[in-house]
Amino acid sequence: MEVALETHNLTVSYNRRPVLWNIDFKIPVGQITGIIGPNGSGKTTLLKAIMGLVKPSSGYCKLFDQDLKQVRERISYVPQRESVDWDFPASVMDIVLMGRYKSSNLFKRINQSDRDIAVEALEKVNMLEFSNRQISQLSGGQQQRVFIARSLAQGADLYIMDEPFVGVDAATEEAILNLLTEMKNQGKTVIVVHHDLQTAKDYFDWIVLLNTRLVAVGPKDDIFREDLLQEAYGGKLNVLSKVGDLIKEKGFSVRERK
Amino acid sequence: MDAFWIILSSSLIAVTCSLLGCYLVLRKMAMIGDAISHAVLPGIVIAYLISGSREALPMLIGAAIIGVFTTVLIELFYKKAKLQIDASIGITFTWLFAIGIILISLFAGQVDLDQDCVLYGEIAYVPLDLWITDAGVNMGPRTVWISASLLILILSFIIIGYKGLFLTTFNEEFAKALGIAVGFWHYSLMSAVSLTTVISFESVGAILVVAFLIVPASAAYLITHKLKEMLILSAIFSVLSSIGGYYLAAYINGSIAGAIASVAGILFLFCWLISMYRKRNNTSRLILNSTS
Ligand SMILES: Nc1ncnc2c1ncn2[C@@H]1O[C@H](COP(=O)(O)OP(=O)(O)OP(=O)(O)O)[C@@H](O)[C@H]1O
Ligand SMILES: [Mg+2]
Repeated sequence: MEVALETHNLTVSYNRRPVLWNIDFKIPVGQITGIIGPNGSGKTTLLKAIMGLVKPSSGYCKLFDQDLKQVRERISYVPQRESVDWDFPASVMDIVLMGRYKSSNLFKRINQSDRDIAVEALEKVNMLEFSNRQISQLSGGQQQRVFIARSLAQGADLYIMDEPFVGVDAATEEAILNLLTEMKNQGKTVIVVHHDLQTAKDYFDWIVLLNTRLVAVGPKDDIFREDLLQEAYGGKLNVLSKVGDLIKEKGFSVRERK
Repeated sequence: MDAFWIILSSSLIAVTCSLLGCYLVLRKMAMIGDAISHAVLPGIVIAYLISGSREALPMLIGAAIIGVFTTVLIELFYKKAKLQIDASIGITFTWLFAIGIILISLFAGQVDLDQDCVLYGEIAYVPLDLWITDAGVNMGPRTVWISASLLILILSFIIIGYKGLFLTTFNEEFAKALGIAVGFWHYSLMSAVSLTTVISFESVGAILVVAFLIVPASAAYLITHKLKEMLILSAIFSVLSSIGGYYLAAYINGSIAGAIASVAGILFLFCWLISMYRKRNNTSRLILNSTS
């Protein structure tokens, strides 16, 4: 199995309270993988750790068997839609063009080929007619499609998306899903955070079940088992957050990475 | 001629401040200029103690350094201690201002200064402070030359750094994921603001600087949805405020700085009305569409 993403003993804490605990898994190339878990289970945090946006207290992530720095241009990250201010004075085109920004061309002007790529990306998400529209005048589903177009414009090999199906209608959901499938057929790898169990089985080839620690990982048919889902979603008692509280109280420190 | 020099220097400074102000407003850090205006006091005192003179230059350098330090502290409280941004700004500048006061009282015997000596310039005096070369040529007011150079510097920063500022202001996490040094952009902007604030204080006084940083940018924000238009409109508003304010002051025989800030406020009100009117029209059109 060719590995697109590997995490090794990954632990991430906020204020010394672990929200991800000893996560260890591998995700294959060329598949659509869903990261599934209840609210607050650390899905967003996992993506941020992968993208180097939060520092793990121990462990590491590898992308295509390399450090993030070496493969950055092959990775595209789609943050949660609510993470930005949609009243920002920018047009749809402005945002999609951001997909063409790199630290190496930040001081250069945007060229025609960048524009062509952005137009193509907008076409794919069916938003070309909105390209001059101000982003403050978009619906939630349209905002999501703009974010996906920006990601497509990056021309990456691995796409990491945080909740792209939240707040979109059935038609948009279907359109996004078709896009993901098309990307997969081109050999791209897609990792999607998702919290709806109902649809997960139809959408993904691989599943990562997460609830602070890793519950299970594998092809979807192996994962959709009563006991595993129960473990991730059922049972209110979350032992690890208790451990975290204890550590905080007693002043023990979580092992820091040297 | 005095009118020309005052309006010109006010406009130059206003445009510089309002361009930077656009980014501050969008980053929800508009009060940073106000914070810097207070926080630089210890910088001035220390510069005075080190240089032992009341020369403007060392004090400006001291003030600008503390200005940048202020923004570093604010960022630290905001990012590391997870304070709200307005609380971080408030804590930082009151604390630094207090240190400045303590320093002054500690060295009361040696220090004969307060912020007024260097920082609280008065725009009406601009034409009096002339730059006369060694050969005795009168080059016009010093402030005009300083503020024109400052404008060129800031304008080049914004033009050269347009993409970086745009990206990091809109979506810092995405920028970081692209491997872009967001810290570099943040602190470049903050240094530009600090330098501009300190230099402008010396020429036109505090109220005007704080007003120029916030008001034209906010007014422009209300009536446009394009960053480039916002930058250009805010520059136009600040020039209009400078011209209108000067003649208003002459007419009522009042404070020039006060009048300029007031005209800026009136322009803001005007933009607010336009945006309200547009919104109402939009909604009524939507209702019409949905009923027809
Ligand atoms: N910046 C932060 N500071 C402190 N705690 C945080 C921070 N971000 C997240 N947390 C906590 O970490 C835990 C995991 O959060 P995370 O956002 O990763 O969950 P999630 O699985 O993405 O949830 P959701 O489905 O609601 O998006 C939560 O308990 C949350 O309260
Ligand atoms: Mg989340």
